[in-house]
Amino acid sequence: MASPAATAGALARRPLIHPLIVRVTHWINAAAIIIMVMSGLEIHNAYPTLPFKVSRAITLGGWLGGATQWHFAAMWVLMTSGLIYVAYGFGSGRFKRKFWPIRPSDVVADIRAAVSRRLSHDDLSIYNSVQRLLYSGVILAGFVAILTGLAIWKPVQFQLLANMFGDFDQARIIHFLAMCAIALFLVIHVVMAVAVPKSLRAMIGGR
Amino acid sequence: MFGKTRPRDKDAETIMKEVARRLDMPNRRLFIRNAVGLGSLTLLSGCDVVDGFSAERMLRTMSDFNDKVQALLFDPNKLAREYPESAITRPFPFNAYYSEDKAPIIDPADFHLDITGLAENNKPWTLDELYALPRFTQITRHICIEGWSAIGKWTGVRFSEFLARISADTSAKYVTFRCDDNFVTSIDMPTALHPQTQLTFWFDGEVLPRKYGFPMKLRIPTKLGFKNPKHIGEIEIGNDFNGGYWETYGYNWFSGL
Repeated sequence: MASPAATAGALARRPLIHPLIVRVTHWINAAAIIIMVMSGLEIHNAYPTLPFKVSRAITLGGWLGGATQWHFAAMWVLMTSGLIYVAYGFGSGRFKRKFWPIRPSDVVADIRAAVSRRLSHDDLSIYNSVQRLLYSGVILAGFVAILTGLAIWKPVQFQLLANMFGDFDQARIIHFLAMCAIALFLVIHVVMAVAVPKSLRAMIGGR
Repeated sequence: MFGKTRPRDKDAETIMKEVARRLDMPNRRLFIRNAVGLGSLTLLSGCDVVDGFSAERMLRTMSDFNDKVQALLFDPNKLAREYPESAITRPFPFNAYYSEDKAPIIDPADFHLDITGLAENNKPWTLDELYALPRFTQITRHICIEGWSAIGKWTGVRFSEFLARISADTSAKYVTFRCDDNFVTSIDMPTALHPQTQLTFWFDGEVLPRKYGFPMKLRIPTKLGFKNPKHIGEIEIGNDFNGGYWETYGYNWFSGL
């Protein structure tokens, strides 16, 4: 039986994987993204961006008026928390350490390892190449979603931004596609987190 | 009666608005159901999720905040993009809270536009008098809150010119439009004075058709479609916030582009 002092010492030696700022902004971002996606799908249903509607079960707001209220409330939360998360990621060098490099050959190798259940999860502080690709990709998709969102929110006041995406209708389609990419990431990310419970605990407790 | 002055009891009107806001919101139960279903989310952690009004109050607070942000973002000198004739969407979509056949039938001979509130010249205007005003044409994109858009060609008097003609107090905060299809909306004065805000009498080169708002609509290319009132019967300049038809149900009031 290890002595209490030894146990405490052992715990203290486990390095902090996710600083508090990363954990807090991660969960705020998660909540905001879910609200944005669900209310966005209700807005989509009013005049579908692509020729299909989605089930009411995964929308939020009840109708177009309620959905727009949710969407334009959560957008401030997402932009603020997302900005803090990204600023910290770049400013602290965390993104560079954890998300880089991303080599195609490593991605392929790690996908093979995951499929054959040989992917190691021993050290949560090191991301495998698939994770690096997914996390970098979702940040990029988020960036596009926010820019196109601002473009269709303010096509006159933010004309230069809107023109970057062609016209209003095109910006709207790109906004929707960026949302699809984020939703797809969400599904994969949650499945991965459930499959490796200690990674979920690390995003809650930091270790 | 079309075009007649509409006497209103302010207190009764306020009470009726509040009652309407609470009771008549479309799909309100569904709205609350969805809110409650997400009670575990961080954004709602400070709310009593059993009472849907709490989520509703939060959303209205955020909507009011968005009104203020949008007012700050509004550049009175920035023009909406104008398009060539070849870009015009034909046929232009009909859009209202009623079906096309329910659009009001207005007799031009009997029509007059009422001016109320803070305007020195409040005489009613006949259509001939309105048609005689200096006109300009714009080809701009109409954007509906639903997400569709269409490019149209509208001709009429610059609204700022009209406000000058009636000696309106442009230091007032709002301009409210009461329409003969029972629609109401209001806009901020900076938008009313924007050079592209137009009191429209002609559409695509012809007298404004019934389906598009005969005898006049307000064309505002810097606001969402539902803020472009049709069949206008009365224009009120003032400092009382009157919201509007869709705004009562939850659409954001400023809804600027």
